[in-house]
Amino acid sequence: MLQRVDKATTPKFLLKRRPTLEKLVDVGFKNIVVAMASMVAVVLFSIFAVVYYESTESISRYGLRFLFSSAWNPVTDEYGAFTAIYGTLFTSIVSLLIAIPLGVGTAIFITENIIPKYLRNLIGIMVELLAAIPSVVLGLWAVFIMEPFIRPFLNIIYKQFGFIPFFGTQPLGAGMMPAILILVVMILPIITSISKDSLNQVPSKLRQAAYGIGASRWTTIFQVIIPSAISGITGGVLLALGRAMGETMAVTMIIGNSNNFSWSIFAPSYTISSMLANQFGEADGSQVSSLMYAALILMILTLMVNIFAQWIVKKLSLKYQ
Amino acid sequence: MKNTSQKSLKYNPSITRNIGNKALTIISALFAIISLLPLILVISYVLIKGGSYINLDTLILEPEPPGDDLLSAGGIGPAITGTFIMTVIASMISIPVGVGGGIFLAEYSKSGKFAKFIRFGSNVLAGVPSIIAGVFIYAIIVSTKILFGSMFSGIAGGISLSILMLPTIIKTTDEALKLVPNDMRRAAFGVGASKFTMITNITLPAAFSSISTGVLLALARAAGETAPLIFTALFSRYYITSFDDLFYEMGSLSVLIYNFALEPYEAQNQLAWAASFILVVLLLSLNILSRWLGTLGVFSKNKV
Repeated sequence: MLQRVDKATTPKFLLKRRPTLEKLVDVGFKNIVVAMASMVAVVLFSIFAVVYYESTESISRYGLRFLFSSAWNPVTDEYGAFTAIYGTLFTSIVSLLIAIPLGVGTAIFITENIIPKYLRNLIGIMVELLAAIPSVVLGLWAVFIMEPFIRPFLNIIYKQFGFIPFFGTQPLGAGMMPAILILVVMILPIITSISKDSLNQVPSKLRQAAYGIGASRWTTIFQVIIPSAISGITGGVLLALGRAMGETMAVTMIIGNSNNFSWSIFAPSYTISSMLANQFGEADGSQVSSLMYAALILMILTLMVNIFAQWIVKKLSLKYQ
Repeated sequence: MKNTSQKSLKYNPSITRNIGNKALTIISALFAIISLLPLILVISYVLIKGGSYINLDTLILEPEPPGDDLLSAGGIGPAITGTFIMTVIASMISIPVGVGGGIFLAEYSKSGKFAKFIRFGSNVLAGVPSIIAGVFIYAIIVSTKILFGSMFSGIAGGISLSILMLPTIIKTTDEALKLVPNDMRRAAFGVGASKFTMITNITLPAAFSSISTGVLLALARAAGETAPLIFTALFSRYYITSFDDLFYEMGSLSVLIYNFALEPYEAQNQLAWAASFILVVLLLSLNILSRWLGTLGVFSKNKV
């Protein structure tokens, strides 16, 4: 084609090449951006590597015994994290069990047309603002306001049901129960806002079809809406579980920080993160290594929960596009 | 006509399914009220109780060492500047890295293997407990004294906060850039722009408001974090007076609340309430500002 054009009559078409500088900037920019994206991987791997490396001494000395012993004695160099691991799992799972119905119920309430739209939006925004309150402020509130307020009620439970080991000690202030309640407050906004988003994404055709064949509001919710939003809700619940396990400040301030194991939910206890917050500053020698071992366990627990959350969202998600 | 109630088209409130529906609706309303209650209680306590301890002295003085013979516990001035400085350090690290990473994910490799891995990694990093970030920075910076021989320092605190901000910024940048229509990219290429020009002059400005929403949310989260600071920046009662002070212990609002809430003295507890007033007002306004910014953008989530 080009050869046929009469060079004498048509003006020469200018095929300008890009200046070298522009090309260099382009390539350089891409490399910088790749390097920055890789930082995520570098940080993640180095967190693992550093925590693992620092805990090798304890891992080789205690092995799996560390998980099942509740000794914590810097004088005799005997360490075990059973109380803290039990505390972490127990507080986070119980708080999750309380928060799931509350959070999902709230999410349904603000996605259905029960009350006017502006009120629903207002509640949605308020719940999300609750997520913005830092955990140390919630801890302060829990120590000075919530715990003194609920103590009489806990005392009644202790007097009535004290024969059950779970309620077997007198509530004297800081303990596992207030920690569970403050965890509920912390993870509620996560469950509510993620459930709200996934309930909103359910196509309105499904709802209309259900109403059309005569289903009532709550039959529709339980049989149609929740099953189609279940992937998002499960993902949000697992995310909240991960957050509850790693939560540090509010729990440290209210759980009582005691390494003595007790079945009672009124007794002071420990979680891995509160143990780290409490002891890491003053620790040295093999205590640091043991704390790092506990940190490694916490990382593995939250990592498993997070990966499982991402997997289940992919597995369960129905595509409506 | 015997079964009029079943055949009538009128709403009959007394049949079982309608009673059940009413009951479930009331239960869900109750759940919503229970969920909102702590928010209202916490915010009103912090604003009323904390606000009552706020005066000029509280805002600018240095806190006094704990003791019960004191009339006044001083103020929270150094903690306010400390929180500000450490958040700025964290932003200086995490905003360029996070926005850069987001640009890579959205513009260079939308669904490549490496991009998928980075997305997965940033989700995992977002789930890493904040105290682990503190432990990590303690192990590589504080205990090794790698920063010119200083141990606990404001810079170490800032770096540990940047780890927490990074995943949020990457994620929002990635999603904001994906919302920019491809037509704009093709148009830019069509008039001869290089990829670098296209990103810096077309897509980044178009996604600016959504990205700044994410940055502000990350900032708000970092400013309220305590766990990564308690053994990286530690705490200090003094104002910083020179650049060198960045390499020494630095106070922050959140660590002040933690330390002073556990003191047995009333004066210190009051300072903790005053500090939480400042912190909560700051974070709530950052959140509301970011919401407002999010509604401004042409291609923000709320509009498309």
